[in-house]
Amino acid sequence: MSEQTLKRVDLIFGEYSNEKYKILATTLARTNEDILKDLLESGLRGRGGAGFPTAMKWKFTAESPGEEKYVVCNADEGEPGTFKDREILLRVPRKVFSGMAICGKVIGAKKGYMYLRGEYKFMVPELMKELAIYHEHTKQLGLDFSIEIRMGSGAYICGEESALFESMEGGRGEPRNKPPYPTTSGFMKKPTVINNVETFVNVLMIMRLGPDQYKKLGTTDSRGSKVFSVSGDTPIPGIYELELGMPLDRFVDEFGDGDTKAVQVGGASGFCVPRKKFKDTVIGFEGVPTGGSMMIFNSSRSMYNVLHNYLEFFEEESCGQCTPCRVGCQQLLKGIVAVKKGEKKAVYLDQLMKLSESMKITAKCGLGQSVANSFSSIVNNFKEEMIY
Amino acid sequence: MAKNINLTIDGINVTVEEGTTILEAARNLNIHIPTLCYHEDLCVAGNCRVCVVEQEKVRNLPASCATPATDGMVIHTNSMKVRMARKHIVELLLSEHNADCTKCYKNGNCELQGLASQMLTGDHLFLDLVPDKKYTIDMFNTAIIKDDSRCIRCQRCVRTCEELQSVSALGVAYKGNKMKISTFFEHSLFEVVCTNCGQCVNRCPTGALIERNYIDQVWDAIYDPNKHVVVQTAPAVRVALGEALGMETGKIVTGKMVAALRRLGFSSVLDTDFTADLTIIEEGHELLTRLKKALVDKDPTVSLPMATSCSPGWIKFIEHTFPEYLPNLSTCKSPQQMFGALAKTYYTQKRKLDPKNVVSVSIMPCTAKKFEANRPEMRSSGYKDVDFVLTTRELGIMIRQAGLDFAELPEEKFDSFMGSSTGAAVIFGSTGGVMEAALRTAYEIVTGREVPFDGLNIVPVRGTEGEVREATIKIEKVKPEWSFLEGVELKCAVANGLAHAKTLMQNVRDGKAFYHFIEVMACPGGCLGGGGQPIPTNKDIRAKRKTAIYEEDMGMPVRKSHENPEIAEIYKEFLGKPLGHKSHELLHTYYTPRKRY
Repeated sequence: MSEQTLKRVDLIFGEYSNEKYKILATTLARTNEDILKDLLESGLRGRGGAGFPTAMKWKFTAESPGEEKYVVCNADEGEPGTFKDREILLRVPRKVFSGMAICGKVIGAKKGYMYLRGEYKFMVPELMKELAIYHEHTKQLGLDFSIEIRMGSGAYICGEESALFESMEGGRGEPRNKPPYPTTSGFMKKPTVINNVETFVNVLMIMRLGPDQYKKLGTTDSRGSKVFSVSGDTPIPGIYELELGMPLDRFVDEFGDGDTKAVQVGGASGFCVPRKKFKDTVIGFEGVPTGGSMMIFNSSRSMYNVLHNYLEFFEEESCGQCTPCRVGCQQLLKGIVAVKKGEKKAVYLDQLMKLSESMKITAKCGLGQSVANSFSSIVNNFKEEMIY
Repeated sequence: MAKNINLTIDGINVTVEEGTTILEAARNLNIHIPTLCYHEDLCVAGNCRVCVVEQEKVRNLPASCATPATDGMVIHTNSMKVRMARKHIVELLLSEHNADCTKCYKNGNCELQGLASQMLTGDHLFLDLVPDKKYTIDMFNTAIIKDDSRCIRCQRCVRTCEELQSVSALGVAYKGNKMKISTFFEHSLFEVVCTNCGQCVNRCPTGALIERNYIDQVWDAIYDPNKHVVVQTAPAVRVALGEALGMETGKIVTGKMVAALRRLGFSSVLDTDFTADLTIIEEGHELLTRLKKALVDKDPTVSLPMATSCSPGWIKFIEHTFPEYLPNLSTCKSPQQMFGALAKTYYTQKRKLDPKNVVSVSIMPCTAKKFEANRPEMRSSGYKDVDFVLTTRELGIMIRQAGLDFAELPEEKFDSFMGSSTGAAVIFGSTGGVMEAALRTAYEIVTGREVPFDGLNIVPVRGTEGEVREATIKIEKVKPEWSFLEGVELKCAVANGLAHAKTLMQNVRDGKAFYHFIEVMACPGGCLGGGGQPIPTNKDIRAKRKTAIYEEDMGMPVRKSHENPEIAEIYKEFLGKPLGHKSHELLHTYYTPRKRY
């Protein structure tokens, strides 16, 4: 294994103050315009994977008419291969709550919710303890913004923001039509900011460092650092905070086992990058974005099995309401099996590729739209493994 | 005033009001974007994705039903990209669908089939998923059959059941590849809160939800030389049957319907309207008796408001949802069941027939009537009072099977007796009609004068869709025997669609409103929008049928139930007096409290 070449960052997990909620206190003293200006300046984009500019999201919500607004922290970390929010919530929940509180102040919300993945139930007692401390501090600070934890029940689709709202409201976890977007109609059909756990922490860090300092990390399109969940064929799996915009070959040099065949960037809904493209692939919004998942596969792995596994996952985790996703996932799965078994000719893969393209542009939500990412990137790059 | 939005669809500039969807904007231009999950009566789901269109400068194809038009939008409804995507979507639906069309009841009247033929889905692009699915058919219900293998999961039925009817017997279960439309704990429809209203059947685009049809049984009876088959036809059928046979919406086809039934071979073609008139006499007297008990005898056990009991969907709904209000229901059977009981007693006596050889068939705009006819208590003649219930749609099928050119049939008259009726009976087919008919008679009984409304049209009680209609009628200058009603303001309410019925009952229960008399019809618009009516049924179509119903009323020589000569005759010859012993035996019933689950 080669030596460390990537810049390690310690923004997210690092201790930043002996005094609890100090940055929150100083931020609360600033004007909303000022805070938004800094956020915009920082270039922060959402850390859940889609990368929507955080400042814009907050601004739209702040400007939406209506008295009642909400802040929701999406902690339904369900993407296969992602486990960074878990670590953040275990180690620095205070930073998350602070980020939510700043958001509450900026958009004028009095209530925040953390939608926690069902499997993370074990961390509720600790989070509740920290929340009690948080509420004490906000009381002292005179901030009217309380936070409540809501539990998910194990459905992947509930990480999709509008399905998450449906779930929180007691409905079936099914994505809504967009528009309207959460900025005007989110939880309880009220203007809502929904951000990933890590995004809220980044906001706090920007408040601490100032946008200029923060901007020094990353590239023009991908500012700041990112917490990666590294798994698969690596001698050092785990959580790493790295600068955004890194080339994939350097990542593989550092984390691979020397025999890396492909890296799945962004989980099952992300892209598979084969060895020949490592050099030209940048991890960031200008290249291949990720919510944090980096799965490394070496040459002992069958990419057919990898894809089969993802498609089985999607076939089950689709909410089932829209046709392209519900039936499309089944067809892609059954289709690659049929080709592998020789029941369908290899050209059938082309038919499936077209189908995945249609799914990408017609599915109702991000889940169905992103199945094509892994499907086409794996089939295109490892066609022979699909057939033989 | 709403803001105007300018957009371009297929090269045509169009201006629409803010909030208009792309689909609606296109329809304004006579560009018909295909749809499946969309239905005018329901909220937008946007889940079938058949209606996707291409929007310039946008990567994804928006669902036109769910996407509001915005300024400057440039839309293509038939681009290469759109055609490919749409074809894929229909192919995907077909791959999950039991497309054995010739074995399907909806063959020829199926929206999915229509799309498949439009898109020339000759060679199926994808694998057939049906063999791997463990689809089930729920055939245990007497009114509705649910075949999951035909289901395309558009959720029209789910939205209908929840939004229009607030019943929620149907819901979505499981997710992903196992996602299906199901009931509480996947029980059969007959074991759950389903009211059999059939609104879901009317909106199902495929053959997943259909009425249980009794067409062959009826033909068997007709061709059995030992059977005398009487048929009765409900008021709402005559303003909708034409639609099922290719005629324009809202056409009154009473005479042609009678001619057709005669040619099909029914021994006697009679009218449910006759027993609708009879219902008015019985129910009117029941109301007056209850009012007397409440106002004069101060009897605390008398239940007010009294609620109409003509709609079997409403009956099952109240049995499940407000069982504590069953004493408030009029004990009168519905006109269908009154007719059935009389067909095998009064009719057979007069015609000197053995009731065991009489088969009684009814043509109804309704699927719940099938359930009603099968209720164990509906055997007061000693036989099953109504043997077979056919919907308007089933009659349409029979007429086509017989090769009749419906539009060219002559106008014929109902047989007598039990065939004469009044305008008051015709309006039973529309929301507010039972109320209006009852008031026309009750007011006259009490005061000796006609209701004080121009041309007998009690417009204030004519129900409107989407609301609970309230009206107050002041009773003045009464006859001496009704002096206790002098000056009483009779408070009435009318609701159609079970969602509004629920609101009405909640208001009554919570003491927010007080009424003497309420009329509920389970279906939107009343029976004219019934679950057994021709498909499609939507707001515009219901409005046309409603106009036709009131037109038929205006055209009737007699428009008050108590002036129907055959009614006077039946009391004289057979029943004795309203609410008499014989009436109670044959024309009144009881109800069964049921649980929500």
